[in-house]
Amino acid sequence: MSANSNKQPETGGFFARDRAWHAPALTPEYKTSILRSPQRALLSLDGTISEITGPVFGHSMIGELDNDLIHNYARPGESAIGERIIVHGRVLDERGQPVRGALLEFWQANAGGRYRHKKETYLAAIDPNFAGCGRAITDEDGRYAFRTVKPGPYPWPNGVNDWRPAHIHFSVFGHGFAQRLITQMYFEGDPMIWKCPIVNTIPDKRAIEQLIAPLDWGQTIPMDARAYKFDIVLRGRRSTLFENRLEGN
Amino acid sequence: MVQELHRLKETPSQTAGPYVHIGLTPNYCDIRGVYDDDLGTAMVNDQTLGERITVRGRILDGADTLVRDAIAEIWQADSAGLYNSPSEMRGAADPNFTGWGRCPTNAEDGYFQFETIKPGKVPFKDGRLMAPHITLWIVARGINIGLHTRIYFSDEVEANAVDPLLLRIEHRQRVETMLARKDGSTYTLDIHLQGPKETVFLDI
Repeated sequence: MSANSNKQPETGGFFARDRAWHAPALTPEYKTSILRSPQRALLSLDGTISEITGPVFGHSMIGELDNDLIHNYARPGESAIGERIIVHGRVLDERGQPVRGALLEFWQANAGGRYRHKKETYLAAIDPNFAGCGRAITDEDGRYAFRTVKPGPYPWPNGVNDWRPAHIHFSVFGHGFAQRLITQMYFEGDPMIWKCPIVNTIPDKRAIEQLIAPLDWGQTIPMDARAYKFDIVLRGRRSTLFENRLEGN
Repeated sequence: MVQELHRLKETPSQTAGPYVHIGLTPNYCDIRGVYDDDLGTAMVNDQTLGERITVRGRILDGADTLVRDAIAEIWQADSAGLYNSPSEMRGAADPNFTGWGRCPTNAEDGYFQFETIKPGKVPFKDGRLMAPHITLWIVARGINIGLHTRIYFSDEVEANAVDPLLLRIEHRQRVETMLARKDGSTYTLDIHLQGPKETVFLDI
């Protein structure tokens, strides 16, 4: 990814993570967290070269249909069932700078709220033309886009009557392994967002709102697909200027 | 009033959930034909330099039950202590070693397993050498934000004794939660998410 860029590689350390902005490990209303949450204090320290570096992925690994979930599992001439949407946005860092060459992987339920997974038991139907996975790599401006169907909400065993709001999972690689992030995108106007125990693991309402993609009428394609905009922010880096100080550069 | 910093907030993490395999290792969960291979399956090839090792481990919850629906990712230096990353400015890493691997914990025995090479030493920020180590990152249903830790090697006794990160661990008996045991060319480590043997996790 850096071959076609004249920008210098970034080698600065990352801003400390604001842990209060994220969900804590133990969130009893989301029951599975109870036995899977570390209870000891994390060992906090500034990142080393082991975290400042990270793998990068070339655009060449991306197949033609990797960002088209409507067609990447469909039989020839067919397509996935559901509301056609485009999800697009930018990957930025905390300084507001675009993260180019970021690998995004996404996965989701089908339009009926059913995942294609052997552990999935919801009675909603499988769509034979829909797998629910895709990926994209951001361009020089940090932009990405993919086409899919809007996922359905679904019930899950937690409380007696808990339902997940419609959502798309995102996995993101930046330039350093310390930026590694997995999150979920929700859809503007969904009243179920605020009822969800997983959403509500995040303590700050403004942080939750950062996960809600607005309907983007401007990017909506007439007679084809509505658009939702979802920007993702990864940890920012310190300027290399500050990093070299100790070595006298 | 002062100037605005114009900083953005990091996107909050959310759990990877029970169906993380669909997105990260679709072939593992029988979704065939979308991607040729699952990413991160092969870290080495025939040309890779260094001592071949297998690194494997399990993840256990607070009731000592195996976590069979997690994804483990590792990131490590090559045998010369260089990272295969554009941010690596000290030299060119072995082009036949990716440095990055991804593996689900197995639905039956709970193990993740990587065929890799023993990493070389890399420097801490002050120039001291860190003991050979592998960065490990774990996500799963019930884990709200990915867990970072490191895998060190039990046979690197002298290097481990002066490792700047291990030296920061106040409760010394917890150092061993990050040490993989050597058996032939295989290193094995159990990750305990909580309890008396809780692994040291990092905010790094």
